Amino acid sequence: MQQQTLPLTGVEPHRTADARSDHLLVAEMVQRGSKVLDVGCGDGELLQLLESRGIDGRGIELSRAGVNRCVAKGLAVVQGDADTDLVNYPDDAFDYVILSQTLQATRQPKVVLENLLRIGRRAIVSFPNFGFWRMRLQLLVGGHMPRTENLPATWYDTPNIHFCTIKDFVQLCDEINVKMERAVALDLYGRPLRLNLPWWFWNMFGEQGVFLLSRGGEGK
Amino acid sequence: MTNVQSISSPSIHHEDRAHEADHPTSQVVTFSVDQPLKLDCGIDLAPFQIAYQTYGELNADKSNAILVCHALTGDQHVNNVHPVTSKQGWWDTMVGPGKPLDTNLYFIICSNVIGGCMGSTGPASTNPATGKLWGLDFPIITIPDMVRAQTMLIDRLGIDTLFCVVGGSMGGMQALQWTAAYPKRVFSTLAIACSTRHSAQNIAFHELGRQAVMADPDWRGGRYFDHDTHPHRGLGVARMAAHITYLSDAALHRKFGRRMQDRELPTFSFDADFQVESYLRYQGSSFVERFDANSYLYLTRAMDYFDIAADHGGVLAKAFTGIQTRFCVVSFTSDWLFPTSESRALVHALNASSARVSFAEIETDRGHDAFLLDVPEFFDISRAFLQSAGKARGLKETGG
Repeated sequence: MQQQTLPLTGVEPHRTADARSDHLLVAEMVQRGSKVLDVGCGDGELLQLLESRGIDGRGIELSRAGVNRCVAKGLAVVQGDADTDLVNYPDDAFDYVILSQTLQATRQPKVVLENLLRIGRRAIVSFPNFGFWRMRLQLLVGGHMPRTENLPATWYDTPNIHFCTIKDFVQLCDEINVKMERAVALDLYGRPLRLNLPWWFWNMFGEQGVFLLSRGGEGK
Repeated sequence: MTNVQSISSPSIHHEDRAHEADHPTSQVVTFSVDQPLKLDCGIDLAPFQIAYQTYGELNADKSNAILVCHALTGDQHVNNVHPVTSKQGWWDTMVGPGKPLDTNLYFIICSNVIGGCMGSTGPASTNPATGKLWGLDFPIITIPDMVRAQTMLIDRLGIDTLFCVVGGSMGGMQALQWTAAYPKRVFSTLAIACSTRHSAQNIAFHELGRQAVMADPDWRGGRYFDHDTHPHRGLGVARMAAHITYLSDAALHRKFGRRMQDRELPTFSFDADFQVESYLRYQGSSFVERFDANSYLYLTRAMDYFDIAADHGGVLAKAFTGIQTRFCVVSFTSDWLFPTSESRALVHALNASSARVSFAEIETDRGHDAFLLDVPEFFDISRAFLQSAGKARGLKETGG
């Protein structure tokens, strides 16, 4: 059964060379020379990748240990909370604001998303897809809350309080008039699914979704 | 009768200290009557002098100079034997070969602040107009005045842009003032355990200290030197009170608890039965040997007046609009004198200006004084910040 897919603690997300595949995908969406804010930047791995590509990167991270590790790498990272501290940033302060694997851990994902696109002209959001077939299977067959390599926490100690599926996220973007410039679903190994597949397929077989977003037009 | 011991009188150091005020063992730059220091109170201070120390070597394009700004009771003796106390400099953990402020890589400058008593003009210096010590005739000075004087020193050294301005506590205030007032002359700023304004609680503690000094009959209206006295009791009490604010409850508990000093039972007197009492008395006594009482009044006052936002229409972010300087802000969890919330307010203002800022809060129980102590995480962060800024500045990574 699916028991063997249960938390493989210590299993790292798929990597190509030195960088995580979802980070590489995000980095590829960012234009060289631009100014980027990474919200929930963790240990600063993505920021380092961006800086190595000539991008002016800044970060916010909730955990003090994470922040200090980032600063000790020479990164411009401050301690802060996506839910409460984004309001301190002015409109259009960044070319891109990145929310990598963090949306599901915010208290108010909708407000956070709106703030991302106020501060940044574009936003890049990646999140684990709760509609992924293994998630569905664990709930359907196993009868317990799903856990995967990338989301090993149990229901009672998880920081992830607002899971969504790719379909849910697309609906939210429609609702708050956000334009999807690019959408990519990655499979369990971090490989992009083929582009011409229908949404339901992505929603079933995408382990995570990565979206490049911009502000929608007036009066949609 | 109970046995009462007060703070001991200053030893011979006191005269060494008095001599240092006019004739420091440090290097000195002097500014003549036609190069006055324009003070915020409206007075032109001239002539005046600045005493300073340097460590390391200035590179050919003068791009590796770091200005260290000292705290309230610090001085320019960062990393050499102190001429009065004969102790090693106050920041030898941070500054030196291979240290975060690496003297193999950077040219480190530290000057005694205006109003200080270790060789830069202040109340303990001789007023050239009268031939007597300034005392309370010395004009009130501010943090911006201290920084203005430093710009004159930096000009004299032929340095246009400082690679970094570094400081903790009052030194951090100077670093922030430098950056707000002369943003183009500051490539990066490392502001530690400080604030953009002095809080009501901090002003209150300073007032307590000043009143202790002025309540000492030996203060003599600030002219103790004319009477061959020194308000060492008042200044000692001020230092004891201030020293408590530099520590934390947890640190005091860890270091001393309720342990007795060289005895097992209480003496039923006002003698220093507890280790913590003995420690504070020692802090008070050793401080009065190296510091001038009037100088303490002036420098605490300068900190009280500090409020960067007030100088910019009450909006802190306006002080840093369009700033290109790279910032690193550091606070300590147990610092209740300059708590993390103060640093966070600064960081929010810098975010609003889209400045490049790093902000780390370091977990320690050592209180405000942590910035002077051996805290490896703090050193790692400072080192990495300077290395990253050095890369952006095009500095060589190896010494020479």
